[in-house]
Amino acid sequence: MATMTIAKAINEGLRASLANNPKTLLMGEDIGELGGVYRVTDGLKRDFGALRVVDSPLAESGIIGTAIGLALRGYRPICEIQFDGFVFPGFNQITTQLAKLRTRSDGMLTAPVVIRIPYGGGIGSVEHHSESPEALFAHTAGLRIITPSNAQDAYWMIQQAVTCEDPVIVFEPKRRYWLKGEVDTAAPTTDPFSAQVLRRGTDATVVAYGPLVPVALAAAAAAEEDGRSIEVIDLRSISPIDFDTVTESVTRTGRLVVAHEAPTFGGIGGEIAARISERAFLSLEAPVIRVGGFHMPYPVARVEEQYLPDIDRILEALDRAFAY
Amino acid sequence: MNGNRLPTAEFEVEEVVRATHSAEADGRQEPGIDMLQVLAADGTMAAGLSAQVAGRPVDFSPYLSSSDPDHLRSLYRDMFLIRRFDQESTALQRQGQLALWVPLTGQEAAQIGSGRALEPQDYAFPTYREHGVALTRGVELAEILRLFRGVTNGGWDPRERNFHLYTLVLAAQSLHAVGYAMGMQRDQLADPFLPPAASIAYFGDGASSEGDIHESMVFAASFDAPVVFFCQNNQWAISVPSTVQTRVPLAQRAEGYGFPGIRVDGNDVVAVEAVTRWALEHARSGKGPVLIEAYTYRMSAHTTADDPTKYRLSHDEQEWQPRDPLVRLEAHLRSTGMADDAFFEDLGAEARTMATGLRQAVLSMTAPDLASRFAAVYAEPHPLIQEELRFFEQYEAGFADEGKHA
Ligand SMILES: Cc1ncc(C[n+]2csc(CCOP(=O)(O)OP(=O)(O)O)c2C)c(N)n1
Repeated sequence: MATMTIAKAINEGLRASLANNPKTLLMGEDIGELGGVYRVTDGLKRDFGALRVVDSPLAESGIIGTAIGLALRGYRPICEIQFDGFVFPGFNQITTQLAKLRTRSDGMLTAPVVIRIPYGGGIGSVEHHSESPEALFAHTAGLRIITPSNAQDAYWMIQQAVTCEDPVIVFEPKRRYWLKGEVDTAAPTTDPFSAQVLRRGTDATVVAYGPLVPVALAAAAAAEEDGRSIEVIDLRSISPIDFDTVTESVTRTGRLVVAHEAPTFGGIGGEIAARISERAFLSLEAPVIRVGGFHMPYPVARVEEQYLPDIDRILEALDRAFAY
Repeated sequence: MNGNRLPTAEFEVEEVVRATHSAEADGRQEPGIDMLQVLAADGTMAAGLSAQVAGRPVDFSPYLSSSDPDHLRSLYRDMFLIRRFDQESTALQRQGQLALWVPLTGQEAAQIGSGRALEPQDYAFPTYREHGVALTRGVELAEILRLFRGVTNGGWDPRERNFHLYTLVLAAQSLHAVGYAMGMQRDQLADPFLPPAASIAYFGDGASSEGDIHESMVFAASFDAPVVFFCQNNQWAISVPSTVQTRVPLAQRAEGYGFPGIRVDGNDVVAVEAVTRWALEHARSGKGPVLIEAYTYRMSAHTTADDPTKYRLSHDEQEWQPRDPLVRLEAHLRSTGMADDAFFEDLGAEARTMATGLRQAVLSMTAPDLASRFAAVYAEPHPLIQEELRFFEQYEAGFADEGKHA
């Protein structure tokens, strides 16, 4: 067991991927000498060379489109998008090409491209540097979307994404890059497309993912002081969603709060609420309650604390669930 | 080398058309540049082909096949068959057997010439009109019609033919071609005994305005990717003339990216083949990308859903008619005695047989059931797909019980 930050765990995971398969390569802006703006690829160019860690031209469509071509030729490209808000010039390639290649070829071709996107707020930055666009991608069939919330998952999920035969987008919770945790480099975590129960409870379930997992855990701890036993699930995979794990939990607890940073309208929380209402309607003591961002572009840094779901917002949602 | 200037249009028809064409009056008409040609519209063939490319003299003569009668006849055969294919497909669309058809008439030389320049190890990324290139890659023509029949979004195994599936989002495939070429380059580094290979990206004058073309050229230049960009400038992007897409001849853009650009007479199959052979060799030998602009004309509508009488001057069509790529090669074959009546009659019979076969193939194409489409979304098991497939099958089975639903 080693203790490392999430950023370091991803770095080590990428290192392992590069070492395990000579056909893997990293592509992105400033990922070579600089090691990426978050230094996640630090030292990899030094150790694997410029052919394996490619400082690409500044062009997101170019990065993803050429990665598709490389994948068609048998390579395993791992693309870094510098910030969440800058993925949109590449949106076309991701949604109309990458996601559809398999269907278009009736299953003959796969494009195992990995796209890493640092996402979410809480870093006090300027416009386009703090967004949570995961629902825009989750709506597109053909993509897989995962988001680690701790170092152990960060180390393994990136490697699992690279060996997956489908395209995978890895949303990395950038404000948690420096969160430390234990990593067992000998034993992989479970299936990256499954949810994990992080904390057992009997009275309500809180589902969160990525940057909000620590918030959900803290809210559960606070609720315990009030005598409420809260189960916390780390969703880990946004597409597909492990509804079995969530359903199983809700049939025991009877209440569900879903928390994410992205705006609630049209978001992942709504999808979970609808599915769980269908699957566990008779077990529910209260409607599924969503906690998330508001229907506005990500606000300026000075007020983002009011925008981002925090412990109190989750506790308030639980209060509402318990009021039924 | 023969210099050809752009045609100048004379305007007499409706306001709308005049407005579209007023680009020239604004001074937006691109200036003429030299265009490589060996086979003139009257069927005469120049002895050699050379030009200044990126400031250096290039002799394309070693790539010319003009003295090989068998080869010239086979080029003609390909162009003839693909035009017949085009006519048959148009008819099938008119009869409601195809959802849409994208005709290529007028562009046979650009496609057959460039396609025949490819080696088996090269890989072509078409847009949606490259039926002629498909023919040269050995794709079964009926397979192309599966897309337009609406039974698949693909139609053939791209790896078997080194001919990628059609792409309907303009210019998206140009980046795939560059990435694929970067992969070829890496493969070559890992195994120098592999036969050198290049990819070729097809796109139109309209698509040249898309950002992906710009990005693909930047990537190709930055990494010296072995890729040839092949732009078929057929003058029109549906109803919008190429003057709205560019103020300079498209071939000239290459210079700004730092690699050679060449304009070739896209109705001259021999010149197109020679120039493309040269460009592919340039790319394969590690010298980086090349842009070829094949200057041609879309004789037919953009697609069967289009109405060119709304925007196009019949004058233009008349002007291009005599430059027909088939007519000029036929004239050459006949005047040199390389082909006689019997050759053309046999070819006509072969084309008729092909058309009959195509028609039968199309009519026998059946739709897949929706249930099978669930299987091709993901490579690995996916719970949502499994759940929705189960639902769909049960739902359909319910109708079967009632005996209502087929
Ligand atoms: C991204 C995108 N925008 C719009 C369209 C609709 N569209 C299809 S073909 C076409 C014109 C293309 O013209 P050009 O690139 O010159 O090729 P051509 O069809 O003339 O060969 C347009 C606008 C499309 N397919 N993709």
